[in-house]
Parts: sequence; C-alpha cells; structure tokens
Amino acid sequence: MCLAVPGRVESIREEQGTRMGRVNFGGVVKDVCLAYLPDVAVGDYTIVHVGFAISKIDEASARATLQTFADLGLLEEGLAELREGEAAGEPAP
Amino acid sequence: MKHLAEYRDADTAHRLAAEIRRIATRPWAIMEVCGGQTHSIIRNGVDQLLPPEVELIHGPGCPVCVTPLETIDRALAIAARPGVIFCSFGDMLRVPGSRDNLFAVKAAGADVRVVYSPLDAVKLAHAHPDREVVFLAIGFETTAPANALAVKLAQQQGLRNFSMLVSHVLVPPAIEAIMRSPGNRVNAFLAAGHVCSVMGTWQYPPLAERFGVPIVVTGFEPLDLLEGIRRTVVQLEQGRHEVENAYARVVSQRGNEAAQAVLGEVFAPVDRAWRGIGVIPASGWRLADAYRDFDAEIRFDVSGVTAAESPLCRSGEVLRGTLKPNQCPAFGTECTPRTPLGATMVSSEGACAAYYHFGRFAAPAAGAAAFPQDSPRP
Amino acid sequence: MIDITGFACPAPLRDYPHVVMGHGGGGALSRDLIEHVFLPAFSNPLLDGLGDSTVLDLAADLAGGGRLAISTDSYVVRPLFFPGGSIGDLAVNGTVNDLAMSGARPCALTAGFIVEEGFPLGELAEIARLMGRAAAAAGVRIVTGDTKVVERGHGDGVYINTAGLGIVPPGLGLGAEAIRGGDAVIASGTLGDHGMAIMSVREGLAFEAEIASDTAPLYGLVAAMLATCPAIRLLRDPTRGGVATSLNEIATLGGVGLEIEERAIPVRPAVAAACEILGLDPLQVANEGKLLAIVPAEAAAAVLAAMRAHVHGRDAVAIGRVVDRHPRMVVMRTAIGGTRVIPMPLGEQLPRIC
Repeated sequence: MCLAVPGRVESIREEQGTRMGRVNFGGVVKDVCLAYLPDVAVGDYTIVHVGFAISKIDEASARATLQTFADLGLLEEGLAELREGEAAGEPAP
Repeated sequence: MKHLAEYRDADTAHRLAAEIRRIATRPWAIMEVCGGQTHSIIRNGVDQLLPPEVELIHGPGCPVCVTPLETIDRALAIAARPGVIFCSFGDMLRVPGSRDNLFAVKAAGADVRVVYSPLDAVKLAHAHPDREVVFLAIGFETTAPANALAVKLAQQQGLRNFSMLVSHVLVPPAIEAIMRSPGNRVNAFLAAGHVCSVMGTWQYPPLAERFGVPIVVTGFEPLDLLEGIRRTVVQLEQGRHEVENAYARVVSQRGNEAAQAVLGEVFAPVDRAWRGIGVIPASGWRLADAYRDFDAEIRFDVSGVTAAESPLCRSGEVLRGTLKPNQCPAFGTECTPRTPLGATMVSSEGACAAYYHFGRFAAPAAGAAAFPQDSPRP
Repeated sequence: MIDITGFACPAPLRDYPHVVMGHGGGGALSRDLIEHVFLPAFSNPLLDGLGDSTVLDLAADLAGGGRLAISTDSYVVRPLFFPGGSIGDLAVNGTVNDLAMSGARPCALTAGFIVEEGFPLGELAEIARLMGRAAAAAGVRIVTGDTKVVERGHGDGVYINTAGLGIVPPGLGLGAEAIRGGDAVIASGTLGDHGMAIMSVREGLAFEAEIASDTAPLYGLVAAMLATCPAIRLLRDPTRGGVATSLNEIATLGGVGLEIEERAIPVRPAVAAACEILGLDPLQVANEGKLLAIVPAEAAAAVLAAMRAHVHGRDAVAIGRVVDRHPRMVVMRTAIGGTRVIPMPLGEQLPRIC
C-alpha cells in the first residue's frame, strides 16, 4: 500500500478520455495515469503508486525539510560549543 | 533518484537519532500503522538507532496481512474456475488460505497473473473478451483510488467480462480499534504518509483529541521515519497530543480531492473483518451499489466459502502489537516464510516476515530460542 | 486412413519459413536444418565431420596434472531476445562461466535444441548466429549438437541445453574449505543488470540509458585474477537468485559468517530505480556476466587492480568480508549504520505494492 516512488513528468497525453503521462524515475520511464492530478505539468515531480500519480511533490516543502536536517547539524554543533564553553567557565552568550 | 536519495543520508540519520536520544527522558511506545514503514524500519535498521526509551510497535498496517481468510479462500475458489484470468498484485500470491495459496492454484493449472497496476487487468479484459477477468482489489486508502478508477473505466467502456474482489481497509478505524483494545500500550502514532497523500490529514484531529495521542504523518525513507519519530517524542515529552505533518512535501491537509471524489462514488463503507483482529465497524470499503455489476463476490457467488485459521497462528496479537514475532512459540519453527501459518509471515512487510528475514531472532523475553531451528539455509 | 506423422517433405529448407515436426525427424529436413542454420553459425573442424559423437584429444591439456571440468545447463529464458543479448548468448556464456568458476578454461561445448513446431526459422538462425559469435568470443567451440521438435503448444519457442568441458590447470585449489576469517568478498561489477533487463521487457519499462543484460564469458577475467593470486579461495557466479543466494551458499559451504557493506554494493542507477518501482531487491536479481570472489585479505588490492584492468571487471569492488561471527549467516551493514540479515531468497521474487 505504501510503495510509491517519486518521478518527473516528461510528457502528458489523453488516452480515450484519461490523462496519461510518461514519468521518469531516475532514468526509468514508465506510463503513469495522471487522472488524479489534473493540474500537474511537465517538469513536476509526482509520487506514483501502482501506476497512478497520487500526489505532486512540493519542491519548496522538500527544500524546507532538508534545511531542517541541515540546521539540526548546526544546532548540535552550537549546543556542543555551548557545553564546552560552560565547562571552561565562560559566560553564556 | 531525486526526492529519495537525499532522505537516506547516514550522517543526518545519526544526528536525528542523537537528537531523539537527547530529548527522550521516559519510555514511550509509538506505533506505525503502515506495512511499508514497518518494512523500511526493519530493512534499514532504523529502530536500532533509537534509544531504549523509544519503542516502536508495529501495527496492522499490512493490507495483505489483514485481508480476511474468507477473502483469500474466495479468491482461490474464483481463480480455480475455468475460463477465469485471475489478476493480483505480487504481494498476495503466497498468502495462505485455509489450504492453498494463489501460487499453488496457479501451479495446478489456474490462470493467475501478477499485475503491476489494476489498469493492466482492464487491458487483459479488453484483450480476452471470451474470458472472465477478475482483479483482487486489496489495500489501504493509497491503493483504493487506482482500483476505483479501474472499475469506473470498465463501466465507462462497457466491459462485461471484468470484475473485482474487493477487500479495502481503512486506517482511522484501525487506530480507534487499537486504542480501544484492552492492554493497549500505544502512546502515539506515526500516520501512513501515502495513505494521507490521498486522504489528507483532516480525519486525524478527532482521534488525537479523543484518545490523547500525538499523530505525526510520516514518510518512508530513513530520515523521514526518524524525523517523524523525533517530532512524536517532542510532543510526548511536552504532553501535547496534536496532528503534525512531517511529510509535507507529499501530504496536504485536504489530500487529493479528485481521488476522494472518485472513492466516494465507487466505494461504500462496510464493516470489515481484519484477519487476526476481528470485525472493526465501518473499517472497510466495498463496491457501491452503482457498481455491484462489477463485484466478483456477487458474480461468482462464493459467499458460501468458509475459512479455518491455524490454531497455532498468533498473527492477531502481532498485528495488535501485543506480541513481538520472536515471542511467538511457532516463530521460526512451525512458522517460517516457506511454511507460513499466517499472513504476517508471508507478506513482505508483515512483522513476522520482517523479523525473520532481517534476523531478529533473539527475543527479549525468556523462553524464546536465540536462533530458530529452521534458519535461512539453502 | 493415412498417417502423416513423421512424414518428411523433401522440399528444400528455404520453402519453409517455420519449423515443422519433420525438422526433428532425423531425415533430410533435419540435415537441411543442420546445414543451413547450425553449421554456418558454429562451423569448426570438430563439428563439421557431423559424426554421431565427437572425439576430443585432450592429452596435452591434461598432461602434468590438469583436470577435466564438466558442467551443464538448460536455458528457458523469456523473452528470447532482450537488450544486451539473447537465449543464445546465455546458453554459451552461462556454461562457460560455470566452468570458469572452477578455474577451468573452456574447451568444448555441446548444444541441444528443443524447438516448438511453428517457430520462425529466421529467429532460430539468428539465435544460432549469436551463439556462434558468443562461442568465438569465449574462445570455445561447439563440437556436437542435437535438435528435437515438439508439437505446437508444448514448448516456449525454443529451449537450449549446453554442456561444457573445461581444463583446470594443475595446482589450483578452489574450494570453500579454504575460506578464512578476514578474507575479502569481491564483486566483479554492477549487480542486477540481467534480471532487470528481462523484467523491463516484461513490465514495459523504458530506459533513457538502456539497461542491458550483462551476459559475458568470464574465463579471461578469472585467468587474470588467478595469475595475480593463485590462492583465491572460491569463485561463484550469481545467476538465478542473485548475489543474496550466492552469498548464503558461500556462507553455508564455508561454515563462515559474511558481512556486507550496503554502501559498497555497486548497482547502476537505472537498475536501482527499476527495482524501486517494482519493489524488488537488487541483491536477489539475476546476473549473467558477474562473479563473486573470496580472496585472502592481503591479496585483495592486487586482485582488484587486475580485475579493473580487464574489460569484464572494470567496476570490480570489495563489498564485504568473511568473519568468524554468526557462522552461516550473511549480515549487511545498512547505509544508515544498522544491521540486518540477508536471507536466502525463497523462490521467484515477485513485484510488490506494499
């Protein structure tokens, strides 16, 4: 139920009234039904499950998530510095 | 692959795990209700990075595991009928019915075909107008839109030789059943990311409120899982119980409304028996009356098929999270992937199969063997 | 009533675009098939005599302690033609590689065909041509063969069996007993190419950069490896069941544990992506031009260098080591630092949705 993979929409067409697309998953191109994403455009990334695109990937949100992870590293370093500083008797900033 | 590889970074995984270690001060039990998440956790060893305070309980999130035994037996009965082309996702082929499984029925001469998408089954129906094509439509809300569109297209295209055996199950009623069951230890839930990409998150606030549990929508890659767990622990430590979305790049509050509209048209709620758990009210979907013509259970009249579960199998307790697979006396002995007693050992993401394949043989409780007698050997 | 089974029409081959029962009957039609399809593709002095059997003179090869290796395999692949090769290529390379895993230089192959009535002769000729070409590339001759025809519906187009004879040079001691804790586990290149090339045809996946089968004859690579390190412990070719099967076989035969680094496992991005889509594990996918080698730790660097200098070992890499822990079990260190067991695959891997 959960095996859904991200892919980039390369082309869109109508097939007997159903919206279909060619989607590129890291170099593998497959036909995908786009009926559930009426607003999706070429170049968008989608999540595909059993041959159907069920969600568009929000690039801004993805960047924000990755930034959170990056900040976590900085936060950790900041905390470590703080602890070292306290241990050395320096005043907290 | 873009939007996948970034969420597997080892350094970030360790930093997230360290952060969870830093903030967890008391024991917490978190349940994921998604077999795909269970599979990813065990396959990547995500739970091994967590501090001892944070316990992951694997919930009944595997639609293959919870498909009622009767449905499997009915599938087998239909597949064995001459002239039938029986189509199924690969996951279902080895699930044991009362006696056989689809693989065995195929070996005995039935035309059983693995399909990647329900649309492949519709194509087969067009290609073989003289045969009856039946599709086994299982899954949670993630898979339901695909199955719904397949049957809608079949109706639009006037296909007379296509039908579906439907056994869809829903997540929110499962969460409710878990929280109401005696002996429940769950403090919080990771909600299934792809289920929510379809259904949105709007169904979960009433559950969080009613049961006082944080519910964090979580993805599937190691970093997504760790981030979902981290946010859950933050809420637990702060005494909050809210719905949070840790998979925002894919999930929105409203979900996929085009899909929900078709689901509402094609399916109707029904009480569903979950294998190993029992009947959970309004926890399943059947074909709506307008689509009854495509219901394989009616077309093939298999309602008389009854089922008999193995008395040794304790899948239900595993699915409810009250028993770990390696605490079951049959684990690794009578029950192995080659000779499964229940669905949790067959499905690639059933907890028992995951524990077996990924070597979780040492049980915390005394009395369980450190290694099974039937260890994986040629 | 006239019984026409076994009737062999004397008209020449070119009048029949498809294989008929008579082609397996041993008479003029069979002779036609041999002369017009197989001989042009396989011709060599040993075969051209067309005796009931072929006599080989191996005295020189076996002098001084050389030993004979023998192997057989049957090829039933669907589809018959796929990106990177055909059933003909597999039929030659598969058996050549089985011999090579014992350190044997291939010296002769047999080829038996079971053809379904109605199979296009043009395709049979093409398969034969590709087999002849593969044999030449592998430095081996097809010295005897057989053809049978079965009724329409009783075959899958064509099945091929090849048996191979090879010479193991004196002094070679490949065997699981030689495996020691600390030995390196080396893979000769990217994993999963063949199985995914086949799967892609079946599942209608298209590839930007095409995934092709890796079918290749490996004796040349093996010879280069053994020249560098005669003390290589064991060689294995991970065909059906993939690397997961071979690693478990090695662990069991040697009574040792194996530890594999997930991050070291070489997989082409397109193969990885195809596996993601279908829910398959690259470790369980078949390879037809790769080998696994267990090598003494101190020789690993030199063996890798020799492999990378060879056309069939360019992407060779160490993927793990033999350990004294968890005997007969293969354990993987995951990319994020967890551990899990790589189990012996049960049977055919099926695409999954969960």
